Amino acid sequence: MHSSAVFLIEFGAIILALGLLGRFAGRFQFSPIPLYLLAGLAFGKGGLLPLGTSEEFVAIGAEIGVILLLLMLGLEYTASDLVSNLKTQYPAGLVDFTLNALPGAGMALLLGWGPVAAVVLAGVTWISSSGVIAKVMGDLGRLGNRETPVILSILVLEDLAMAVYLPIITALLAGVSLAAGSATLAIALGVAGLVLFLAVRFGRVISRFVSSDDPEKLLLVVLGLTLLVAGIAQQLQVSAAVGAFLVGIALSGEVAEGAHSLLSPLRDLFAAVFFVFFGLHTDPASIPPVILPALALAVVTAGTKIATGYWAARRAGISVKGRWRAGGTLVARGEFSIVIAGLAVTAGIEPSLGPLATAYVLVLVIVGPLTARYTEPIATFLTGRGRKQQMPEVLKPGLIPAQPQAMDAMDDSGTVGRP
Amino acid sequence: MPVPRVSRTPLPGIGVRYDLTTREHRRLSVIAHRDGARTLNAYRRDDPDECALSVKLTGGETEALIDALMPSHHSPNLLSTTDLGLVAERIELSSISHWNGRVLGDTRMRTETGVSIVAVLRRAGAIPSPGPDFRLAGGDTLIVIGTREGVEAAAAILGRE
Repeated sequence: MHSSAVFLIEFGAIILALGLLGRFAGRFQFSPIPLYLLAGLAFGKGGLLPLGTSEEFVAIGAEIGVILLLLMLGLEYTASDLVSNLKTQYPAGLVDFTLNALPGAGMALLLGWGPVAAVVLAGVTWISSSGVIAKVMGDLGRLGNRETPVILSILVLEDLAMAVYLPIITALLAGVSLAAGSATLAIALGVAGLVLFLAVRFGRVISRFVSSDDPEKLLLVVLGLTLLVAGIAQQLQVSAAVGAFLVGIALSGEVAEGAHSLLSPLRDLFAAVFFVFFGLHTDPASIPPVILPALALAVVTAGTKIATGYWAARRAGISVKGRWRAGGTLVARGEFSIVIAGLAVTAGIEPSLGPLATAYVLVLVIVGPLTARYTEPIATFLTGRGRKQQMPEVLKPGLIPAQPQAMDAMDDSGTVGRP
Repeated sequence: MPVPRVSRTPLPGIGVRYDLTTREHRRLSVIAHRDGARTLNAYRRDDPDECALSVKLTGGETEALIDALMPSHHSPNLLSTTDLGLVAERIELSSISHWNGRVLGDTRMRTETGVSIVAVLRRAGAIPSPGPDFRLAGGDTLIVIGTREGVEAAAAILGRE
């Protein structure tokens, strides 16, 4: 039993450390996620300065962190976004799944961890980090690029796939029988489909029910509703996170905007707690043995993500350079890999899975922004398509109408090279 | 003069992108972020898929830019202009305005400047053709019509604190 004073001191110290780490990350323009994970490793069992912070509170905080992460993700999208993306982009989603989930599953089977761990690791390597990627594209000034909608649609499909994947994982980890598992999955799919349908049809009505001019009431209503639905979803064995995601989808328009700005700080706080919690549960001593598989997996799945992006962008009629950019941008993995691994860690399957996922995400969350930046120049250099041979590239079908080359030659006010 | 076509591309999770291709085949796009910010992009000539310029603007900066882009632009409160040398403008009274609580007749607006005050906008709506005994309040927006010089003079009078 800890006295509340000790708890306050320890928890305060952790949050303060996270804040300072976040500032440090901001100075170097990279995602704070790896630092939060490292902080968790440092404060956890076998770390540099183990803290005995009230486990229960941090565990609940982590749970809320996952719920808020998924709620905010749902708020980002409207139901019609999801449906239209699913209709037009499903081949890209399938390629993405095949190329990126299978290496993870293969690695788990190679290490002899069994089928359940294989399904978990498949999820860890499959889902890109939409948070990191959106930020990187903004920083690189690529939000307006033509390959950006392709990248975003793959992210949307992955997030939608999470709504199906998480209930499967939850059922598998709970060790339910095949029959019960199928029933759970059917319920999950049914509920997800129903929510999507209701959100497309009656999104306005739902939003009106939640809507409030007063930020305080809006915050309480949205947060209460989300936690309630998440709890019910958990009770139905569907996974709390999916419940929260569907609430986010169902809310649209002004309510979504308002909730988004109100809940962002809460999400940041609890998501940070979640990453720390995950780190706390990982013994740093268990990482060195899994470094090699993690690196191998990172290299392979960085390659497969680049291939995925390349393929999807080619399908959308983007030029070769844009294809490489799309591929390089998709490499980053982050919060959702940790969310998936976290489910497995709390369920207590394969003890090495947590450390492997930690090492894997640490590598790719740092490498991802770099591949986003440099894949295209390197690929252009290697394939020998320098500027001299640009012309045929520009004239390929599928691009926007090519500019009259003669005019280009006459006009010297164009932007050639990077500013 | 054909009307330029603007196409619209949704960017799930970010906002909407509006594209414009100019007569000279240069592409421009504006991303409307969901939080009200805007990103203005211009594309490279040698790689039309990639931005050469990408500038993020806040709501206020966007308004200032739109204003500068408006044809026959003179001041930030232009409603419309005619070829007859008359302009219509919106002039806002500050909350610490000299005229707060005074009646419209006190401003001697028409005598001094020759402009007409055609309406006053308040939160509840518009009051058309306010008379000389109309009582002004801080925060009102007056719509005035007159010559360019007259409107400038009216703005100076109404700007008294």
